[in-house]
Amino acid sequence: MSDTLLLTLPIVLPVIGAGISILVGRSRAAQRVIGLTVLSTVLVSAVALLVRVDSEGTIATQAGGWRAPMGITLVADRFSAMMLVVGALMLLAVLVYAIGQPGAERGHVGFQSVYLIMAAGVSASFLTGDLFNLFVAFEMMLTASYVLLTLGGGKAQVRSGMTYVVISLLASSLFITALALLYAATGTVNMSDLADRIGELPPALQSTLAVLLLAVFGIKAALFPLFFWLPDSYPTAPSAVTAVFAGLLTKVGVYAIIRTQTLLFDEAARPDTLMLVMAGTTMLIGILGAIAQDDVKRILSFNIVSHIGYMVMGLALFTLAGLAAAIFYVVHHIVAKTTLFLTGGLIEHTGGSSRLSRLGEMVRTAPTVAVLFLVPALSLAGIPPLSGFVPKVGLVDAGLAVDQHVIVAISLVVSVLTLFSLMKIWTGAFWAPATEAPVERPVQGPGLGGPVLMVLPTAVLLVVGLAIAAWAGPLYDLSLRAAADLLDPATYHAAVRP
Amino acid sequence: MNVLLAATAGLLFAVGTYLVLQHTLSRIIIGLGFMSHGANVLLMASGHRGIAPIIGVGEESDFSDPLPQAMALTAIVITFGVSALLLALAYRSWILTHDDEVEDDVADRAIARGGHEDKEVSDEETWHEERTEVDS
Repeated sequence: MSDTLLLTLPIVLPVIGAGISILVGRSRAAQRVIGLTVLSTVLVSAVALLVRVDSEGTIATQAGGWRAPMGITLVADRFSAMMLVVGALMLLAVLVYAIGQPGAERGHVGFQSVYLIMAAGVSASFLTGDLFNLFVAFEMMLTASYVLLTLGGGKAQVRSGMTYVVISLLASSLFITALALLYAATGTVNMSDLADRIGELPPALQSTLAVLLLAVFGIKAALFPLFFWLPDSYPTAPSAVTAVFAGLLTKVGVYAIIRTQTLLFDEAARPDTLMLVMAGTTMLIGILGAIAQDDVKRILSFNIVSHIGYMVMGLALFTLAGLAAAIFYVVHHIVAKTTLFLTGGLIEHTGGSSRLSRLGEMVRTAPTVAVLFLVPALSLAGIPPLSGFVPKVGLVDAGLAVDQHVIVAISLVVSVLTLFSLMKIWTGAFWAPATEAPVERPVQGPGLGGPVLMVLPTAVLLVVGLAIAAWAGPLYDLSLRAAADLLDPATYHAAVRP
Repeated sequence: MNVLLAATAGLLFAVGTYLVLQHTLSRIIIGLGFMSHGANVLLMASGHRGIAPIIGVGEESDFSDPLPQAMALTAIVITFGVSALLLALAYRSWILTHDDEVEDDVADRAIARGGHEDKEVSDEETWHEERTEVDS
């Protein structure tokens, strides 16, 4: 396949699919077939893109044939191709789960097409080489997510959806402000062109722009002190929607932070220390928040916040090893977190509640769900030989190599606390008897613990998580090559502006 | 001219920030409108001004910069769409609660009062009890 096709397919195909999905709105089955077909094709083309980029280096295409920096550039390096593959896999798995979960689509004609629009927004965020286009891609993704979150319009959804929309709109205004200042200072929004021209600006202005962009994407990624909206808004959506938000949307923010900070700013302008402090506090505050909760989804939501800190820690170290570990961490975390949220949905489905005090002894009533929870939970805490262990060792190693002992210590403490918070779910939901009267449910046999279409994608993601651990060596090498691309943007510039 | 635009943008941001910090939903939405207008004005100010950029009507050096205008238009359309959605949500919220206040996070409040035994977040009935309890 040609480069242009590989780069445009993940964006264009979901948009077309969304349109057709509306047209065939009368038939839910047809909508589902379209959604699954489109996302499977996107996954295949993303894998093809990754293979191509890994063998031939960064590739780019100019939309409409307008050469950079005039037109909009689509560009894929190893990092964005990796993110695209993991993202497409999550979107597909969660769509299968949503089809299987009773009530996830909320009987709404728009669910499938809005989901596809979100997929297009996620792909566009990973592939764009133009900062204003990144804004548009973010808005596609966010607007779709507003609808997915509030679809159905119950009281809790409207309340939490409001917080989410308001904070996102605020972040968007800040993003436009940052774009305006960048354009006023440099006269371009093409990222490759920006990288050259920002270097000519006064150092103070460079730092200001760097911090402004960090704040914009920090809100989307839920970094301390900008994370308060996340644990409030995520848990109210159906678990399929929460899973894709938790797995992907915050990580798109992390991707944008890594991309802009590595590509646009040089060492003097980068707010390294600030990011390190933010990473440390994000880890600590997030995990302390998680420990205080009593609801499965809320514990997991606070866990997301905490673990965003690890990724930013790897970036803030700004060494090859640190960045590689951060990239590996993002990949591992997307898979593990999505699996956990899908299992959270299964817990709710089988146990009738997501509150620990109402759940209990599910290891006996739903052993499959117990396994589906335990493996990604241990992986998230970084227990060897599961997938979370490798990037954590990488981060600790990278931190020690540049003598950042404080952040290394924090990251280790937070690992233990992560294990504690997840074991709280384990004991509360699976091991100990319920402390309150459980919700009355028809007794389910010790079968799968949920509809096949809910259990199957969760199990597939669990296997993907195990595969990440099994093939950690090759994946780590790939992360190292991706990190080397990020640290030496010459290939990126050469691909965008030959 | 640019100073005037910058001052306008600053004023819009100031008004917007003040309104967003209020506890009433309608004010927050209006405040967000002000803020995004401020951002758009700033975007307009970022290009240089001049005559309409149509090839053949004058010297190219006299042209205004069309790119910020295109970007501002895109941003306006997006903000318009999201604001409409936000207004619909606010209306829905008013229908459901007959109240324009922005609620605190229910589970946060429960935890602040030190309760594992407290009410469930997703359970709408208990949520309502909780609400009236806090209100009184």
